[in-house]
Amino acid sequence: MICGCRLKAGYDGRIVLNDLDITIEKGEIVTLIGPNGSGKSTVLKTISRLLDCVSGNVFLEGKDIHKLKTREVAKKLAVLPQTQHMPPDFTVKELVAHGRIPHHKWFEVIGDDDNQIINWAIKSARLEHLADRPVVTLSGGERQRAWIALALAQKPEVLLLDEPTTFLDICHQLEVMELVKHLNKELGITIIMVLHDLNQAIRHSHKIFVIKNGRVVASGCPCKVVDSRLLKDVYGIDADIMTNTILGCPVVLPIGLCGGIT
Amino acid sequence: MKMAKAFSIGSTDKKHIRVIMFPLILGVLSFLFLLSIRFGSVQYTTGQILGVIFGYGEFDETLRTIIMDIRLPRTLVAMIVGANLAVSGALLQSVMRNELADPGLTGISTGASLAALTIMLVFPAYGSLVPLVAFVGASLSFLLVYLLAWQNGIDPIRIVLAGVAVNAVLGGGSSLLSMLFSDRLQGVQMWLNGSMSGRSWHHIEVLAPYSALGLVSALLCIKSANLLQLGDDMAKNLGLKVNLARVMLSAIAAFTAAVSVSTVGLIGFVGLIVPHISRLVVGSDYRLLLPFSAILGSTLLLGADTAARTLFSPVELPVGILMAVVGGPFFLWLLRRKGRYKV
Repeated sequence: MICGCRLKAGYDGRIVLNDLDITIEKGEIVTLIGPNGSGKSTVLKTISRLLDCVSGNVFLEGKDIHKLKTREVAKKLAVLPQTQHMPPDFTVKELVAHGRIPHHKWFEVIGDDDNQIINWAIKSARLEHLADRPVVTLSGGERQRAWIALALAQKPEVLLLDEPTTFLDICHQLEVMELVKHLNKELGITIIMVLHDLNQAIRHSHKIFVIKNGRVVASGCPCKVVDSRLLKDVYGIDADIMTNTILGCPVVLPIGLCGGIT
Repeated sequence: MKMAKAFSIGSTDKKHIRVIMFPLILGVLSFLFLLSIRFGSVQYTTGQILGVIFGYGEFDETLRTIIMDIRLPRTLVAMIVGANLAVSGALLQSVMRNELADPGLTGISTGASLAALTIMLVFPAYGSLVPLVAFVGASLSFLLVYLLAWQNGIDPIRIVLAGVAVNAVLGGGSSLLSMLFSDRLQGVQMWLNGSMSGRSWHHIEVLAPYSALGLVSALLCIKSANLLQLGDDMAKNLGLKVNLARVMLSAIAAFTAAVSVSTVGLIGFVGLIVPHISRLVVGSDYRLLLPFSAILGSTLLLGADTAARTLFSPVELPVGILMAVVGGPFFLWLLRRKGRYKV
């Protein structure tokens, strides 16, 4: 689905990604994890063409993403950035309607088909009852779902989410993760996300990529990839890893820093 | 915010209320239009005014001259300039994603005025180039403020500071020119304070085509303006070429403001007040916001000019001074409540 080859990218001349290779298969939930500053978000931005790469190529279904028209890409791929901006008077419906813009020529306006898709997107994000409320008046989790609804209105095949749960409390975190899983399972949307919470990553993804210093240091099924040696290498922490019988997946419990505070 | 809540009864209701605002504001504009032609040293009836403009009935030559050649062109200039400045401000607020952006604060107006002044005082023979040179001056000083204010996005405080600094330097330049060429200043004096006085048809001949170009281009960029409001990453995600869109919108904003400045001089705060009120009335969707701002801008400046002309009659105030007196406090109020409103 998406393939990045020898990606080199960064900001203002500072290189963050160093010849990074990444391949994401159709239909998977893929999570990027790694310490702060490791380049997770940069990977996400680069493979979604939000950030130009210095060298290397990104292929979306075999085609170079930088040679495709950016509007054509927007019909297949939707990104939810980490920080969001919006005028305070926009309602959920007005916000979600923006998702139809890539499907329009510049003179076209919202039609009946679009309205159907907008309503469908709002319904999929379970926000029907809040459709006419200004987004700023919603809770953190509802707000995040409104943005996901916007992405859905693009009718994408791939959805990329940059830390969708970071500023949310535990209930809203679950709410968003459940929605993401639902979108993957019921609608077949490929999901690529950046998460900080290791347990969330292990529990909800088919595949994880562990990133450190702009390189992929491990990848594969989370149950196999995450072990105490990896956590020591990548995060510099000692952790106990046990298998939870209810979830049937490993749970990471951090014990302390390797060698204490230096 | 309060407005937004009051309007959140239901999206259809809200849409209706917003659409009703258009005939309402057009009504106010028409009323002010008649009022501004009516008031002056001689007063006329509405019947006389309409008769002269639409060419029915019999009138003596003085009346026709006063209405057609003195009052009507001035009224039209006020309307066109008001629309230009308001649209310029609305576009800048999208480009900078900040409600404090307006042609005055961002250096556009002072840049345009210094450039225009240079031509008028130093190279009066090239008078016809004034609008284009003003546009170049406006673009350069806006670029300067933009670069100074940019640091991982635009910080409102940095815009204010950069704007103050750049405006001080350019304003100083204008003062210097006025001193050096004080012998030629006579005709430029009113212009410096922003005034519609003595604007006639030949001003409109220059102003109208440029303004039409600027306003139509602005309308064509509504989608870009809407997308930029959602932040750069989201706009890129939705298929906008963000850098290109920024340059285009900034250029159009600089152009519409520069054309206005080169005709009537410096008139502040229209580009700040009008888009702000329009947002409260019709919301932040540029498909409504931009046309509404244009009409409200016309209305506001026409009202202000009529007031400036008649309040202290027979003394006529430059409308720029009136706008500064009204607009300054409004700007301070916006600064105070900035924390509550983040675009």
